[in-house]
Amino acid sequence: MHRFLLAVLRRDLTLAARRRGDWLIAQFFFVMVASLFPLGVGPEPEMLSRIGPGVLWVAATLASLLSLSRLFADDHRDGSLEHMILSPEPTVLLVLGKSLAHWLIYGIPLLLIAPVLGLQFNLPAQAILTLEVSLLLGTPILSLLGGVGAALTLGLRGGGVLLTLLILPLYIPALIFGAGAVDGAMAGTGSEAHLSLLGSFLVLSLMIAPWIAAAALRVSLE
Amino acid sequence: MNLYAYASPATFYHLAGRLIPWFAWGAGLLTVWGLYVGFFVAPTDFQQSEAYRIIFIHVPAAWMSMFIYLVMAFWGAIGLAFNTRLSFMMARALAPTGAMFTFVALWTGAWWGKPMWGAWWVWDARLTSELILLFLYVGIIALWAAIDDIKRGDRAGSLLTLIGAINVPIIYFSVKWWNTLHQGATIKPSGTSMDAIMLQGMLVMAFAAWFYTIAVALVRVRRIILERERHTEWVKALLAKEI
Amino acid sequence: MPDEALLSVHDLACTRGERLLFKDMNFTVRSGELLLVQGGNGQGKTSLLRLLTGLARPDKGEVRWRGEVIQRQRDSYHAEMMYLGHANGVKEDLNPVENLRFAEGLQGRAFDEARATAMLERLGLARCLDLPCRVLSFGQRRRVALAALLMATAKLWILDEPLTGLDVHAVALMEQLIRDHLAGGGLAVATTHQTLNLDGMPVQRLLVGKVAIPEMA
Repeated sequence: MHRFLLAVLRRDLTLAARRRGDWLIAQFFFVMVASLFPLGVGPEPEMLSRIGPGVLWVAATLASLLSLSRLFADDHRDGSLEHMILSPEPTVLLVLGKSLAHWLIYGIPLLLIAPVLGLQFNLPAQAILTLEVSLLLGTPILSLLGGVGAALTLGLRGGGVLLTLLILPLYIPALIFGAGAVDGAMAGTGSEAHLSLLGSFLVLSLMIAPWIAAAALRVSLE
Repeated sequence: MNLYAYASPATFYHLAGRLIPWFAWGAGLLTVWGLYVGFFVAPTDFQQSEAYRIIFIHVPAAWMSMFIYLVMAFWGAIGLAFNTRLSFMMARALAPTGAMFTFVALWTGAWWGKPMWGAWWVWDARLTSELILLFLYVGIIALWAAIDDIKRGDRAGSLLTLIGAINVPIIYFSVKWWNTLHQGATIKPSGTSMDAIMLQGMLVMAFAAWFYTIAVALVRVRRIILERERHTEWVKALLAKEI
Repeated sequence: MPDEALLSVHDLACTRGERLLFKDMNFTVRSGELLLVQGGNGQGKTSLLRLLTGLARPDKGEVRWRGEVIQRQRDSYHAEMMYLGHANGVKEDLNPVENLRFAEGLQGRAFDEARATAMLERLGLARCLDLPCRVLSFGQRRRVALAALLMATAKLWILDEPLTGLDVHAVALMEQLIRDHLAGGGLAVATTHQTLNLDGMPVQRLLVGKVAIPEMA
């Protein structure tokens, strides 16, 4: 069982390593969206540190969504998705492995870029630390929920936009708890409550999303 | 009586046809009664003056918007578990009405908000949740619209409704939590305890909304049945008779 | 038992959209036997094959493997079955050996690199071992997919148009592979528009849909 999970992970990581261009686009998108906000609202440091946590969270969400529509689409096109579904191993593990790989490829780099953007938004060190923890807990949720959306919209016209429409509302709790945690750290009211709620949401998504995504994948391939 | 017989689209088509007039008339009468109570019998609220009367539409619409979503999730789950065609048709027939009530709840909320806080839109926990609910409805309807294959569309839409239904309480909780932290406005149905007559008006309106929903959903289900079963003998016979 | 009935189909019906493709289909395939599915385009050959793999669920009827409905024994059925569809399932960014490595991993098996290399060489890909599959021709990619099929040593092969894009040598090779597979007690279900020379092997023909195509034996 773990051999299968590892095989899925290694495969997706290898494929991503062969196509670094796609990978870089998502990271640049994150930087670009975040940088547009100061241009839109003005460069006052107080204002920027006020909106910073929310902006960085929204930008990270969008950057991560950008790549989600291809989670199953590439494998669907060349037929390897069918082979994976026809493997004797459970489809849930396949979905879990692919979501995990998506998080490692697209989620982790966001964690590395976010502190730099945090400095741009005049966030204090404590807030940046909280931002990192909140993104660490929050980005896997997007990869998991996104797996459901990617499976449901597999092979549809305009699947990418539709995916965004389906998944963003479901993702709102993570956005609220995540950005709220950073706000709490900056206001000095503490962020533990937010982070533990975010953690619970992650656990819940981990328990439910892969099953629904696996069912959706079978429905879409039928 | 064989309950399974009613799960067959052909039988249900005729049953629905007999039920629709009852629910339609019921909805009409209840609406007249509810609006009469709400707009003429119920006393003027001393804090909010006459503007509060919009809640006789707003509150039932908000109730219905959430309830219909749960009913859709229920039918979707039944359909996925037992592979019954009719339950998927029910879910599809309910969605537009659910979205409509969500929209009405938002619209009337804005109308109420203007005299109350002097702003059309306030990021109140309930209004925000309704907005997100509208997003969920739109997502489901868009997914159905994008999938041509009936079987795939039925199942995909039901799965999305289900994960949404699991998520709705979390969304509601998170929005409420977010709202209290940011000291936003909170709508409370008239600061004092509610009058018995006001409650009566609201309940009558809620029943009217129910009857309306059932009537409209049955009309839609009949249309869906005809469309999907148009190659079967009974639909051909039926259409031949009507022409 | 060399001619045990392993795969059987009972009262199977399939609709696509609103069109009924076939109904009341019944057949059994014994070990060592090939079922050749024939019929014109759009008559439901691929749909039938997808029903046999378990990718699609039948509207009516059932598919049984070793006497039990395949949906109830998904894991063990998939462990014994390999499917080769229209698409090869070959990743363009990986070379043939890597492709086989991941194909084996996805079947939950350990990878034997020497065996994989031997298999690819047997299929005439000796010079392509470290080239990304992107630069290979369609027929060569098909051979990579065939190598993955052979690696799996499955009892049942389900092949959708296995000869498409293959040259004369590769068709002969494919015929030999199917012969070996059947001789070893395996079963195969295949669709093809081309002639498959399998004289002497037990071949069962099944016509799907109403339009018969000219006999090609």
